[in-house]
Amino acid sequence: MKYIKPLFLLLSIIICSCHEDADDKVFQANIAFNFSHAWDGEEVTNSDFNTIKFTNENGEQLSIEKLRYLISNITFEKTTGETYVFDGYYLIDVTNNSNLSFTPNSTIPTGHYSKVSFTFGFNNEDNYNNYPDLNSTSWNVPEMLGGGYHYMQLEGKFIDNITNETGYAYHAIRAVDNTGSTPVFEDTFFEVDLDAANITDSTTFNIEMNIAEWFKNPNAWNLNELNNMLMPNFNAQIMMFENGQNAFSLKSVN
Amino acid sequence: MVIFICHSCSNENVETYVPTPSPLQIPPLFENNILNPITPTNNPQTEEGIALGKKLFFDPILSGDNSQACANCHNPKNAFTDPKRFSDGINGSLGNRNSMPLFNLAWNYEEKFFWDGSVFSLEHQVFEPVSDPTEMASNWTQLEAELQQHPEYPDLFEKAFGTSTIDSNLVAKAIAQFERTLISSNSKFDRHLLGEAELTPEELNGFNVFMDENRGDCFHCHGSDKNPLWTDNIFHNNGLDENFSDLGLGAVTGDPADNGKFKTPSLRNLAFTAPYMHDGRFATIDEVIDHYSEGLKNSSTIDPLMKKVAQGGVGLSEKDKTDLKSFLLSLSDHEFINNSAFNNQ
Repeated sequence: MKYIKPLFLLLSIIICSCHEDADDKVFQANIAFNFSHAWDGEEVTNSDFNTIKFTNENGEQLSIEKLRYLISNITFEKTTGETYVFDGYYLIDVTNNSNLSFTPNSTIPTGHYSKVSFTFGFNNEDNYNNYPDLNSTSWNVPEMLGGGYHYMQLEGKFIDNITNETGYAYHAIRAVDNTGSTPVFEDTFFEVDLDAANITDSTTFNIEMNIAEWFKNPNAWNLNELNNMLMPNFNAQIMMFENGQNAFSLKSVN
Repeated sequence: MVIFICHSCSNENVETYVPTPSPLQIPPLFENNILNPITPTNNPQTEEGIALGKKLFFDPILSGDNSQACANCHNPKNAFTDPKRFSDGINGSLGNRNSMPLFNLAWNYEEKFFWDGSVFSLEHQVFEPVSDPTEMASNWTQLEAELQQHPEYPDLFEKAFGTSTIDSNLVAKAIAQFERTLISSNSKFDRHLLGEAELTPEELNGFNVFMDENRGDCFHCHGSDKNPLWTDNIFHNNGLDENFSDLGLGAVTGDPADNGKFKTPSLRNLAFTAPYMHDGRFATIDEVIDHYSEGLKNSSTIDPLMKKVAQGGVGLSEKDKTDLKSFLLSLSDHEFINNSAFNNQ
């Protein structure tokens, strides 16, 4: 089955449990999303890339040369059980400054939502579809690792123990142990909870990723030990999953 | 094709010439797995435009002394590259980069062409080699006049573009139309993916070396079985030099972080496209594989994916090297280089 979901043309809206009376006056809201990036409070843009200027929790100095990641299934829930899902995905590419801000084509009713969230990466159902736009941008995971797609590619260089600049490729995928006869998977996508929100027309969510968190909590990342060939490293993927839990935060809604 | 358009309000028949549309034939593996090709709205593919572009591509009239055609440095038998490391210009001077092979160009989504990405769009790309003094060393104004005086070209431009007045933009459009038709999609590996061919155990292991992050890890830049282009069309420093005599992308952007970066070439048709790399420094596929296995050189802009540079490379076993080469050769498309539609016949 063919799925064509161009990154800039998203999305259809799936309305679950929606049963409004014809007399109800429901205003529809456009929702915008802005993703910004920081290193422990200091703003990071692609103009900060390619220079060793960050220090991680483990005390290693590093640069960023590439950062892109995928989010999907932006979801709005009401206490009544109504759920609205922007059923699609966005590849946010900090390196090329693309897709950091977007407004889905679809709208949702204005009002109070008890929970707004999105998925970092793909859930398992979505991960194994075929996406020509993602294939076109080399976002695939090899079949020997279960296939599907990357969730994040964070690359750069760090100063290693013998003061050399060494490359690192912090690539997040669904964790797999393929050392046995049957691969063992563990899910590493996760929900980012943006909490409750009042949605008026033209609401904007400003979301920040603290890049430093990927190296910090609960696992102080040792780049001297874990710098490359991390995709087939089951334990490294679990550590990424754990560290990613606190990487995103909602800065404001306006 | 001639279309008669009836304007009902004036009751007049207005005869409008429209060249015959000839949209690109998208191969199934491309259709199923990657985005559609780029075809400019102001230069749609037409039978007449493609035929004109082909004639121009093979015609030495484009060079300053009428001695060289595009095909001299982009030979169909070599998947439209030059078997020489550096191509001879009409004045006997050599360039400093290896001629790039030409195929599947319409799928270069960001439309950055040449090894250093210095030109945007296939149409604009055409302008460079024609006037480059180290290549065809022609003068566009003189060339336009020469084509205008030619016994055939004015009529061919009329058929392709509805005007017999020849200018450089139409020359570029015609050649770009022809170049977009150069689609390579029938290698053994393609047929394997379509269930029409069976790979040898060596080729299969080679593919696994290619896809294995612990061994070749080629896929991050060259794509996978889900991307029939076998390139990301992005620019990387792949560890060729410690110091750069050619800055590549860095000379275009002016950003030192781009120094030593060149476009990832497709791995299709390697059987026909030697020598390899932007400067053609490697004569054989074996030399290329040895480079990634133990020949990497460190520099400030080396790509982080060039892991184990401190050890010289990924250190493939001899069997993995041999099998990787077998897989790479399975990406060669013999039908493409023998396609009469792409040859000067």
